[in-house]
This record gives sequence, C-alpha cells and structure tokens, in this order.
Amino acid sequence: MRLAGFYGFAALVVLLPLLFPNDYFVIVVGASAGLHAILAVGLNLLVGYAGQISLGHAAFFGMGAYASAILTTRFGWPGLLALLAGLLVAGLLAWLLARPILRLRGHYLAMATLGFGVIVHVILVQATDWTGGPDGLSGIPPLNLSGWTVEGDLQWYGVIAAAMLLAIWLSLNLVDSQIGRALRAVHGSEFAAQMMGIDTASAKTRVFVVSALFAAFAGSLFAHQQAFVSPDSFNLAVSVELVTMVVLGGIASTFGAACGAIALTLLRQGLVVFEDYEMLIHGALLMAVMIFLPQGLFVGLGQALRTGLRRCGLGRRRDRHRSLSTAGVQDPGSPP
Amino acid sequence: MNALSPSTPLLRVEGLEQSFGGVMALAGVSFQLDEGVIQAVIGPNGAGKTTLFNALCGFYRPSAGSIRFAGQELRGLPPYRIAAHGIARTFQNLQLFFNMTVIENVMVGCHLRARTRWLAAALRLPQVRREERQLRQWAREALTLCDLADWAEQSAGALPYGLMKRVEIARALAARPRLLLLDEPAAGLNDTETLALRELIARIRASGVTVLLVEHHMPLVMGVSDRLLVLDYGSVLAEGAPAEIQADPRVIAAYLGGAVHYAV
Repeated sequence: MRLAGFYGFAALVVLLPLLFPNDYFVIVVGASAGLHAILAVGLNLLVGYAGQISLGHAAFFGMGAYASAILTTRFGWPGLLALLAGLLVAGLLAWLLARPILRLRGHYLAMATLGFGVIVHVILVQATDWTGGPDGLSGIPPLNLSGWTVEGDLQWYGVIAAAMLLAIWLSLNLVDSQIGRALRAVHGSEFAAQMMGIDTASAKTRVFVVSALFAAFAGSLFAHQQAFVSPDSFNLAVSVELVTMVVLGGIASTFGAACGAIALTLLRQGLVVFEDYEMLIHGALLMAVMIFLPQGLFVGLGQALRTGLRRCGLGRRRDRHRSLSTAGVQDPGSPP
Repeated sequence: MNALSPSTPLLRVEGLEQSFGGVMALAGVSFQLDEGVIQAVIGPNGAGKTTLFNALCGFYRPSAGSIRFAGQELRGLPPYRIAAHGIARTFQNLQLFFNMTVIENVMVGCHLRARTRWLAAALRLPQVRREERQLRQWAREALTLCDLADWAEQSAGALPYGLMKRVEIARALAARPRLLLLDEPAAGLNDTETLALRELIARIRASGVTVLLVEHHMPLVMGVSDRLLVLDYGSVLAEGAPAEIQADPRVIAAYLGGAVHYAV
C-alpha cells in the first residue's frame, strides 16, 4: 500500500504519549522534534527533490513565528488569523525572491540564500519597535482553535504531531505525482526537463514558496507553543541545522527528512550533558554520515537492511538493481 | 491532425544565425522539412549540427532568421514552450533523469499531457489518481514502442548505455511530438544496437512522427534517411536525397581527409 509507512509512523506518534504520558523527554522533546520535522519535510521538497539549496530557511521559520507573535500580542489578532497572515507574508516574500535567486546554481545559490537569512535575522534584531530586538517578544497568548485553547505540554504534543503528519502526508502526495516527478526532473537535468515541456523556473519558484509555507507554519506553532520568540531561534546556525537534518535523514525521502529532524533533535537533547562538546560531536557525526552513509541515515540504513536480508536469502530479489538514492545524491547545482 | 496543406513544410528555417563571441556557428542556415520525412543533418565536427538543434529547441537565442513550425514562429521562445508546439528531442550527452526509474523518466516525458496542479496533487484528489494511471499507461505505450517494457521499473542509471539512449527516445516520444530531433542516436552503440535503432527510427516515422537526426554513422544515415542536409562552417553545403549527396563533389571535398567514409 502506498501509505503503509505513513500509517505505521502515525500509529507510533499516537502511541508514544499513551505509553509515556508524563515523560518530559517524550512529550516536550517530541513536540520540538515534530516542529523540526515539519521544517525538514518542507525543506526536503526544495533540497532533496528539486535539487536546490537554501541556507536561509530559518528566515521563513522566523517570519511565521514573528507574524504570529506581533499580530497576537500587539494587535490582538486571533491566533489562526495571525498564522494565515504569517503564511501569506512568507509565501509572498518567497515568491518575490524565488525568480531572481533560483537562477543561481550551486554555491552561488547557497550564498544568496545565506545572505537572505542573515538579512532577516538582522532585521529581527534591529527593528526593536516591532520585534522587541534581541530580547524578543514574550506573552504570546495560547493558540485558540475555534473555542479550544491549546494548553499544556501534552496538548501541544498532539497539535504538533497532527501538523507534522499533515505535512508528511502533503509531501508524500506531492512527491508521488507528476509535480514530484517534474521536481526530480529539474534535479536530474534541467536541460532535459525544459525539453519535456516543464517550465523549470516556475517549478523552482513554486517549490521554494511551498517549502517557505511549511517553515512559516512551523514558525507560527512554535511561537504559540513557546509563548516567546527571540531572533536566536532563527539565525544562520538554525538554517544550517535544517539542511543537516535533511541530509542526515536521507535526501529526497520524506520520511528520511522527518527522521533526520527527529534524530538530530533527540541528539541535541542527549548532548546537553556534554554542553561544551555539543558542536564537536554534532560535526563529527555529520562527517561520519557523509562518509559511511552518503544516502543519509534513514535511507542508507534501510538499504543496508534490505541488502542484508537479501544476502541471507530473505526478501525480494531485484537483479541489476542500483539504488535510486545513490544516483539521486548529486551536487544540487551541478550543470547538465 | 495535419492542418497544413500538402505543400507547406512542417518546419521551415530561414537565414538562421547564431554567433558565439564573433564566431558564426550558424551563418544563415535555411532549409525545410516536410511532414513524415526522415531527414539527417550531417557535416564535419564543428559544422554547427548540434548548434542548429539547440537553436531549434530554444536553448540558444538565434540572432537572426526565422523558425516556422506548423505555421508558427518559434524563434525566441523558451524550450518548454517550443516543446508544447510539438517538438521533442534527445541529447548527444545523455540527459536522463538518473534519480528516477525508467518508467518515471518516460512519465516526465508525458508532462505536456498532464494537467495536475500543485494543490490537487498535494491533496491527492481523485483526478490525480486517475491521471497517474493514465500517465503510466501512456509511458508503457512509449516503452513498448521502443522495446523497453521489461526495463520499466529499473533505475535509469542502472541500464547499459545503449538502453539509456533508447529510454531518451521513449521519453521524447511520450510527449507525442510532431517532430522528433535525435542528436547522434547511434553514438556509442554497437552494430546490433545500431541496426535495432535503424528499425526503431523507421517505426517512429511509421507512427506519424517526422524525424530530424544529427548522426555521424554513415551507413545508418544513408540507410534510414529520405533527405540529407549537409552543413559545413555553419552554412548549408548541400541538400538532397542520399544518392545525390553521395555524388556531390562539394560534399566529398568537405569530408576529404576526415575519417568519415561513405558505405551504404
């Protein structure tokens, strides 16, 4: 069945809080991991499938968060309306930015998106009247969903889990359609994609907008969940971490991206004890994955498992099979 | 399907010019192509054959001239709009989507016939499911025409070279083009594969597609083409039936000293 993996994953997400209802690690870190998964799944559409890069994605995350924060605290907007406004702002900006920026390839695209992320971060720090500057904005009211106010860690876990599953479902659907194939075609050979009648500039613009929408959505939820936002949550390090999640999990795999996000979030929590060495271990891990499992942790381990089963005479035998993902991992901007 | 009168050519190229920093790669190329014909473009290396293809497809913006296809001017259009007019092509250097299976590659080829929008796809509406089945069906037909049905679910990157070239043809045909441009389809193929290619090109023409090919493999060119266009230094040196071209002293002179020999 097409969505078998999805249902299995959903069951696990629902089961966890039932098994550990009072476990801080499961509920709070789980919610944080879910938010990161939404971000990573959205970014994976752009990076993994369309083969473009964005080192400024935290900016869209921040836009959603600050739109919700500013509109609810200063203008008294209802949370859902502020969330929609955040989506609109981030989507519009992504759309305006996409045409000029996505003409660039490889390192140039990376630099341009990085620059964009830095600019947005600087604005968040400097526009003190609106954003509260480096101190951020606090007192963000809880999210109200048509009468139900989301309160407490467990409820937030539920809301974020539902949002994450929605994001994964949308992404799986998109990828498994002509739209997804067109995106992968842009990644595979932009030259040939155009000759198949694909308006590659438009496809890249749209996927950029969609991934910005995923990020802004996660940002709005984040602002309400934390009741506080500050620019530090949306700086360059966060953008890099998001790309790391996508790569760690396995590029061009929706579950890979989600699992990469979850794994990295858990890892960071686990490394809190080694505070001073966090970046060191983080970096070493990334290097190890790149060297030993270039397809990513999730995809790579899945493949190793299948190969192992086959060697033991179990599992389906597929002759002449070379992994899709091996071929899929190319330099995002490599020219035809 | 054909709204043109018998006397109007499918493709009429006039005075096409393309220069790269002062070098005239195409110096006023004019020719025409009738519907249902297999025409080959030959000429020594650097004669402008691939440049001509890239100009026809919109990858280059020719500085002068006209490209009239089925009565419409194509010069200056981007490649994806030219494809929509009914021109498909293969590439001299393989441009397969190595990150996909064979059938997915060919399904991308059906893109012009797909109607799915982003929102519908994300929500997996019923029409998207229907279209998926339809595209798969069309792709299978193109694969069958190219004898690739058995390879449908293989990763495109795992195929032998000769089959990869064939997938490119299937992918181009999946767009249901009126004109198919083949850029060196026999390059890198062995004799058996070349023979099969020759048979495939004839089959493609029989299915109602006009073929324009660039090729160095002279036995194939002479055997399969109705017409030949000889380019040299970016201009048309000669045009005619294979027998006329073989007897043309200018063509023989242009090729003298080269490694190419005619053998039919």
